[in-house]
Amino acid sequence: MENLERIISDCPFFAGLDQGFLQLITGCASNVRFDSGTYLFKEGAPADTFYLLREGKVALEIFAPHRKPIVIDTLEQGEIVGWSWLLPPYVWRFHAHAMHGVRAIALDGKCLRTKCEENHDLGYEILKRFVQIIEQRLDATRLQLLDVYAVQ
Amino acid sequence: MTTAAISMEPTMEPMIPRAHAVREVVKETPDTFTLTLQPQNGTSPHSFRPGQFSMLWVFGVGELPISISGDADKHDRLVYTVRSVGKATNALVSQKTGAGVGVRGPFGTGWPVEAARGQDLIIVAGGIGLAPLRPVIYHVLSHRGEYDRLVLLYGARSPRDLLYRKELAAWARQRDTQVLVTVDYGGLSWRHHVGVVTTLFRYARLRPARSLAMLCGPEIMMRFVARDLEAQGLTRKQIYLSMERNMKCALGFCGHCQYGPHFICKDGPVFPYEEIGPLMDKYEL
Repeated sequence: MENLERIISDCPFFAGLDQGFLQLITGCASNVRFDSGTYLFKEGAPADTFYLLREGKVALEIFAPHRKPIVIDTLEQGEIVGWSWLLPPYVWRFHAHAMHGVRAIALDGKCLRTKCEENHDLGYEILKRFVQIIEQRLDATRLQLLDVYAVQ
Repeated sequence: MTTAAISMEPTMEPMIPRAHAVREVVKETPDTFTLTLQPQNGTSPHSFRPGQFSMLWVFGVGELPISISGDADKHDRLVYTVRSVGKATNALVSQKTGAGVGVRGPFGTGWPVEAARGQDLIIVAGGIGLAPLRPVIYHVLSHRGEYDRLVLLYGARSPRDLLYRKELAAWARQRDTQVLVTVDYGGLSWRHHVGVVTTLFRYARLRPARSLAMLCGPEIMMRFVARDLEAQGLTRKQIYLSMERNMKCALGFCGHCQYGPHFICKDGPVFPYEEIGPLMDKYEL
C-alpha cells in the first residue's frame, strides 16, 4: 500500500495533494496490467474505474458503422485515462485499447466518488484536476475538428 | 562574377525569372511532391537562407510563391515541396524531368538560425509547414556542435499525409534530437501518437529558458502552439513563425500580401511572434 501511495503521489496529476487525501485515494487503488491488443474498457460499458498509466500506450478509439475504428487520441505514461466514472450515467464513451503492454494503477471510481461525497475538500481537489484535463482535451478536440491541414 | 559564383543577394533583376530545369519530382504524399530544380543556360546558382521562398513560374500557367525546402549548403540546386491544390500547383508538380521552370528570388526573411546558436531549438510544424523548416533541420544537423538540443514536433492530418517519412526516422536517430510525430486521425496500424500537434508538448523534453522556437503550419495551429509555448515558459521573443499570404510581386510593391503594417513577402515570411502575435488576434486581418 505504501508503494502504491508513493506511485500515486509521484504522478503529476496528483501533485500537491495532502497526505491524508493521498491515503484516501490509495485506498481505492490497485495495480493492473493489460496485454497489448486488449481493452481497458469499451464504449457503453459501466464506467467504474479510471487509470493512471505507468507504462505503455493507450489508444482511445471510436467506431462508426461501415468504417474501420478511428484512433482519436493516444495516452502514455503518467497520464490519466477516463473521466466517465465521474459523471452520470457512468458509461464509457470510447474504447480504450492497449497499443503496447500496459501497466497502470486502477482507481475504483465508485469508491472514490463515495469518498468525495463524504469529504468535499477531497472532491474539490479531484474535480479541479479533472477539469484541467477535460479543458486540455476539449481544446485539442476543437483544433482537431477544425481539420486545419485540409485544403482551404 | 563567374557562372560558378554564388550570389548572396536576390537577382539584380528581381522581376525577371531565371530559367531552371526540373531534375527530379518525388511524390511525398498523395497530393504533395518535392521538385528539384537546377539552373539552365549557365546561370549562376542561388544561395538562400533557410525560411526564404522563391516565385516559381510555370510557363503558360502562372507564378507561385513556394518555400525552399532543400539544403542551403547545396548550391547547385533548389528544392521545393509543393502541395497540388489548384491549376498552377497541379501544373508545377506535373512537370516532367528536363522541363523548364522560371525562378525568381530567393525572397523574404529567413529563420533566425544564427540567433539560435548555443540554444535548444524547438521546431513545431504542421502539414506541409515542415517544408520551410526542413532547411533549418539540415543546417542544425550539419552544424551540430553549434546548437544544443533539437526538438521537432510534427503534426499531420493522417499517417499518409506525413512528409519526409524516411528523413523523420533518420533525424530521430541523431544525438540530442527528439522527434515526435502525431496525426489527427490514425488507423489501427499507426503505432505513434494521435492528437493535434499541441498534445506533443506532454512528451517533449523542453528547456524553455534556453530555447528558441520556430513554427510553421496553418495559422490557427501556430496560434495554439504559440499560446502553449508561452504556457511552457517561452517568451514571445523566443518564438518565430512563418506567415503565408497571397504573394504576387514578392518585393513589397503590389500590396497583395499586406498584413497590418507588414508585407509578408518582404518583411516576412518569418516574423518574431512578439511582432506578429498582436495582429494574429485581430479578426479584421
